[in-house]
Amino acid sequence: MQLLMFYLLGLGAVVAALIMVTNKRPVRAAMSLIATMSFLAGLYVLLDAHLIAALQLIVYAGAIMVLFLFVIMLLNIEEKEGRLAGSALLWQMIAIAVVGLVFVLMVSVVKLSDNVVPLGEAAALFGTTRAVGKMLFTEYLLPFEIASVLLLAAIVGAVILAKRRIDDSDQ
Amino acid sequence: MEQVMSTINLSAIYPEIILTCFSLLILLMQSFSTPRFKEYYGYVSLVGVLAALAFVVMEPSSFFAQTVVYSFNDMWVVDNYARFFKLIFLLGTGLTILISMKYLEDEAMQYGEYFALILFATIGMMIMASAGELITLFLGLELMSLSLYVLAGYTRVRMVSNEAALKYFILGSFATGFLLYGIALIYGSTGTTSIRAVAASVGKYGLYSPGLVMGMAMLVVAFGFKAALVPFHMWTPDVYEGAPAPITAFMSAGPKAAAFAAFARVFMEGLPALQMEWTWLIWIMAALTMTIGNVIALVQDNIKRMLAYSSIAHAGYVLVAFLAAGELGISSVLYYLLTYTFMNIGAFAIITALSGRGEPRVFVRDYQGLGFQHPFAAVAMSLFLFSLAGIPPTGGFMGKFYIFSAAVKEGYIGLAVIGVVNSVVSVYYYLRVTVAMYMEEPSSVREAEAAAPIFSPALVIAIFISAYGVLSLGLFPSSYVAIVKQSFLALQ
Repeated sequence: MQLLMFYLLGLGAVVAALIMVTNKRPVRAAMSLIATMSFLAGLYVLLDAHLIAALQLIVYAGAIMVLFLFVIMLLNIEEKEGRLAGSALLWQMIAIAVVGLVFVLMVSVVKLSDNVVPLGEAAALFGTTRAVGKMLFTEYLLPFEIASVLLLAAIVGAVILAKRRIDDSDQ
Repeated sequence: MEQVMSTINLSAIYPEIILTCFSLLILLMQSFSTPRFKEYYGYVSLVGVLAALAFVVMEPSSFFAQTVVYSFNDMWVVDNYARFFKLIFLLGTGLTILISMKYLEDEAMQYGEYFALILFATIGMMIMASAGELITLFLGLELMSLSLYVLAGYTRVRMVSNEAALKYFILGSFATGFLLYGIALIYGSTGTTSIRAVAASVGKYGLYSPGLVMGMAMLVVAFGFKAALVPFHMWTPDVYEGAPAPITAFMSAGPKAAAFAAFARVFMEGLPALQMEWTWLIWIMAALTMTIGNVIALVQDNIKRMLAYSSIAHAGYVLVAFLAAGELGISSVLYYLLTYTFMNIGAFAIITALSGRGEPRVFVRDYQGLGFQHPFAAVAMSLFLFSLAGIPPTGGFMGKFYIFSAAVKEGYIGLAVIGVVNSVVSVYYYLRVTVAMYMEEPSSVREAEAAAPIFSPALVIAIFISAYGVLSLGLFPSSYVAIVKQSFLALQ
């Protein structure tokens, strides 16, 4: 049952992602990205990571995608018609083929190898808000704090690059 | 070797805490003080860098005591290896700040955020050097990269600067994807992200899983991108050309060293079992990096672009020493990166002074006749270029000497030969600038007069510090070698 769910969700995520990159209309692409995110949330549930699954839905599929759609509508991006030139298309085909081949190769070798570290049993509370919170503030305290500095740097950077005026008066 | 274990040990991250506080202080000063104080932001950040430097040198004990402190559940390592790299980063940052102060004023750029972002990038690099765990490493790398993306595009009015930032951002994010995927694969194969635990797990289960090898390959891509190694170097010339000159100086020294710091720690400490796999990979990359960097640099007219290709080539030399590994190899990596910081930032200091407002004068022809009009600038530039070319008695010569002798000693004779040939080839394009300065007439007198370099006291200090570093590393290498050897021992 779990395996079936995994294949269904995985297939859904891949198909939605493919629709996203091949679709020429920005809004449709954004909608399929939402679908991809939701399928991924399902995969997280299968992995017992309930909090991450919920966050995935709320933050990615919810907040960030709404922002995407707003930006697309505000900028009023039109559907771009255009065909790739022959050589570019050829290169793209070759690139896709190579990437696909590498992927198939990867999956097969990983599946064939029996040489893996034995899996431990997940703790009873694994993936709950409580467990994740506890981990964040004890074991992973340092990365957690570094992440806060990282976000601050990102905010400062975004403001600097997007601010309208660059003169001394507003310093 | 004394080992101190504890879960949370704040004193281990004092330098990073200090730098964070100073960058916050600058951001707050910007909001609450009058514009009159804006020229002090540079000095404030300099004080922060010096304070952090003092803590790196003193905490937890003297350099020669070989103390290794693990804290935050093994996520943070303070050993001599990390401390030496932090010295290099802080040195590069300090010099960059000195170069930047007058430049910002001339280009009428925002002050506060500039210095705050430079400090943020430095914190990121220091995290990379000290990270004992892959997630921490990733966060440090992202902190560094994000700050650099913004700094590359800091002169928003110039198109090349925007292009540099965008290119760097898109390609850099892609490289980050590789890093994360690599970490995920390693985690998937070993069940841990701690570098020491990865090594232990690989050793315990005699692990030789394809997932692990693929994870390693992805890490090579990610670190290769950050250190600008061929074939992941495509972004370098455009970004170095487009970014403001002081930022190019900054990017070419610290972040590159940080990438090598993390690279060496992950591969030598975490994945030594896979040495067979990565040796040939790095052999090819080193040979390509040296050759392609030097050959393309031969035909560059833009001096920033030329130094971008030269920095690719220098990363190749460092990679040779990296491959030689062992005591001699790693200590020559450290020695070379220290020398490179001095000579490259020194050269960029002169470029900054000469480039003029909006950086129009960055071509080799703009250096014609400089030797007669501005002897100080020309002498200093020649010194740094000689050092980059590896001509005695400069630090660049000693650095290359150590690298190639390490390579020969470890049996990489072919690679050493390629390296020496390359370094002979590189003399041509470094000397071309010197020849222009001393043996060619400026195309017109008026142009030469307009090209007066802008020397501020801070910039002259930076040039003197760099020149002192280059010369003392070349003339009195033994004291530096003693320190470098101490730093290597800590990686065991």
